[in-house]
Amino acid sequence: MRVLRFLLQKEFRQIFRDPSILRLIFIMPVIQLVFLPFAADYEVRNIKLALLDRDHSAYSRALVNKITASGYFMLTANCVSFQEARAAIETDKADIILDIPPAFEKEIVKETEATLSMSVNAINGVKAGLGSAYLQRIIMDFNQDIRTEWIQFPRFDQDTRIAVTFSNWFNTSMNYKVFMVPGILVLLLTMIGANLTAINIVREKEIGTIEQINVTPVQKSHFILGKLIPFWILGLLVFTLGLGIARLFYGIIPAGSLVTLYAFAAVYLLAVLGLGLLISTYAENQQQAMLISFFLMMIFILMGGLYTSIDSMPDWAKAITKANPVSYFIDVIRMLVLKGSGFGDIGYQLGIITGFALVLNGWAVLNYHKRS
Amino acid sequence: MTTVSISNIVKRYGSKKTVTTALHGISFDVQQGELFGLIGPDGAGKTSLFRILTTLLLAEEGTATVDGFDVVKEYKEIRKRVGYMPGRFSLYQDLTVKENLDFFATIFNTTIEENYDLIKEIYQQIEPFKDRRAGKLSGGMKQKLALSCALIHRPSVLFLDEPTTGVDAVSRKEFWEMLKRLREQGITILVSTPYMDEASLCDRVALIQSGRIMQIDTPAGIVQQFGKKLLAVKSNNMLELLKILNDQEIVENAYPFGEYHHVVLKNGGEDVLRNELNRKGMLFEMEEAEANIEDCFIRLMNND
Repeated sequence: MRVLRFLLQKEFRQIFRDPSILRLIFIMPVIQLVFLPFAADYEVRNIKLALLDRDHSAYSRALVNKITASGYFMLTANCVSFQEARAAIETDKADIILDIPPAFEKEIVKETEATLSMSVNAINGVKAGLGSAYLQRIIMDFNQDIRTEWIQFPRFDQDTRIAVTFSNWFNTSMNYKVFMVPGILVLLLTMIGANLTAINIVREKEIGTIEQINVTPVQKSHFILGKLIPFWILGLLVFTLGLGIARLFYGIIPAGSLVTLYAFAAVYLLAVLGLGLLISTYAENQQQAMLISFFLMMIFILMGGLYTSIDSMPDWAKAITKANPVSYFIDVIRMLVLKGSGFGDIGYQLGIITGFALVLNGWAVLNYHKRS
Repeated sequence: MTTVSISNIVKRYGSKKTVTTALHGISFDVQQGELFGLIGPDGAGKTSLFRILTTLLLAEEGTATVDGFDVVKEYKEIRKRVGYMPGRFSLYQDLTVKENLDFFATIFNTTIEENYDLIKEIYQQIEPFKDRRAGKLSGGMKQKLALSCALIHRPSVLFLDEPTTGVDAVSRKEFWEMLKRLREQGITILVSTPYMDEASLCDRVALIQSGRIMQIDTPAGIVQQFGKKLLAVKSNNMLELLKILNDQEIVENAYPFGEYHHVVLKNGGEDVLRNELNRKGMLFEMEEAEANIEDCFIRLMNND
């Protein structure tokens, strides 16, 4: 025990004497949590719209007003020919062309039906998809308005219509920050945990101090615990800091119990630190360790369900996300923070992460040799 | 009493296609309390052998015991008993002198106070800087700290891998003085060095080259076995002189040695050589020289 205490003391001394590590541990999460959620916005605003109004009627003006009033669209070009509108898209002055045909009003009134044409620049897939969806919805709304305006009598509509109303549960205002912030916190924890552990041990390899330790009677378990415990504590500190920022900046207060949240984070950190440890047993120098963990982080982040929904992935990709610890924690943190789930609801994820922790650490311990 | 015993140690590096054999079946014994030198150029296999003896590396063949314990089976016992100072400074640069020493003392379950008498003489020289970080020490002080850390648990065998490489001449001399005093405390010391002049400071030396031991003896014994006449020749045109010397039938070998060329004669014939050089119109000085370890090493190397 005395040896372990000294190993820990030494490790903490080294961490606190390295200003770059401290900066990395504490400033990085603050910056990422304060700025990233504002930038990583799911909503698409400021879609540039090129209007080609060939009707110039009361209805076409009303439609255009409705569209620009929505706040999603900016009317950047008012064109007189399709060629001109096309040129606007080509020169990136517009994302969508809305083409209102010459007899738009006349046809609505006479035929009760009119056609509009929409051309979308699909280079940015997300913007194109969301933009056209917004536009369609506005047009549908407009359609509805005209109908209600006309149907004066008989009082009740004779056509059967289904009106859909909906409410957003657990995040009533559909504020994307509420589910982004906890997700980013998970990524931070993963990166800090895995990278710091891996680089710290590999650095001892590079400097040669690990060799000096290896000729001593220090037990393998003591050495490894001496490395894991400090970063485990730091990880939980970063987690606390992150939750504090979430509360201060975004008003996110976990709906579930903090004890459950911390219990899961504690086990999750063990798994992540185990990963770092494992990387360090294979990497010979810091570059190798960085590249391996960078490669894994990319996969973890893109397949973690933060930026893209796992449910919409192809089956093989879903299978890969099963091996991604990040996806479980993102799941759990959203359940706990937003939904207020209890300990019983996260049993499955907790079991899997415990498994990750055991396998990764076990593998690392087996692969760490005091002699070659 | 034998403290370190090595028999037929073979170490190979690399996979099937490109195997480098670092040690070709090395055997020797080191007695208790001996200051034993492993002398050889870079790449001779000194570090590999030390790493095997300190249980950091597994040998492919052969057995070795340190302080009576097998390096493979009883490695745990060995780790409690040996002190190892690797060639490269490998202490924690971001910890202070005192913290480093404290750390290694604790790891061996002891304290600085308990063994202070052993390291006192060495540690006192760096004690004024005990709150300075190890990375900020000068080369000589780093070396003293490393030695203190290797000694703090009172090891019975001390392995020093090229301790004087990159250290100035004065510090080197001091360092050897320290080793001699440690030997008086009964610690067996194995030291490796590429510097031939340090060999004479050891009790016994092993000359090692390309993973093979060429000779093991006391420094005096090695010099005695040189057995050939050695001349030191100097001239105003050293390059030309070396060429002429090496062309002579009676010369076994001639090589630059400081400001002289050393000439090993096959079977005497000093006068013949003198006449020959005179005939070529060389202005030269020639005198008989006493062979030292370096001459022996070069001779052994050439005989292989």
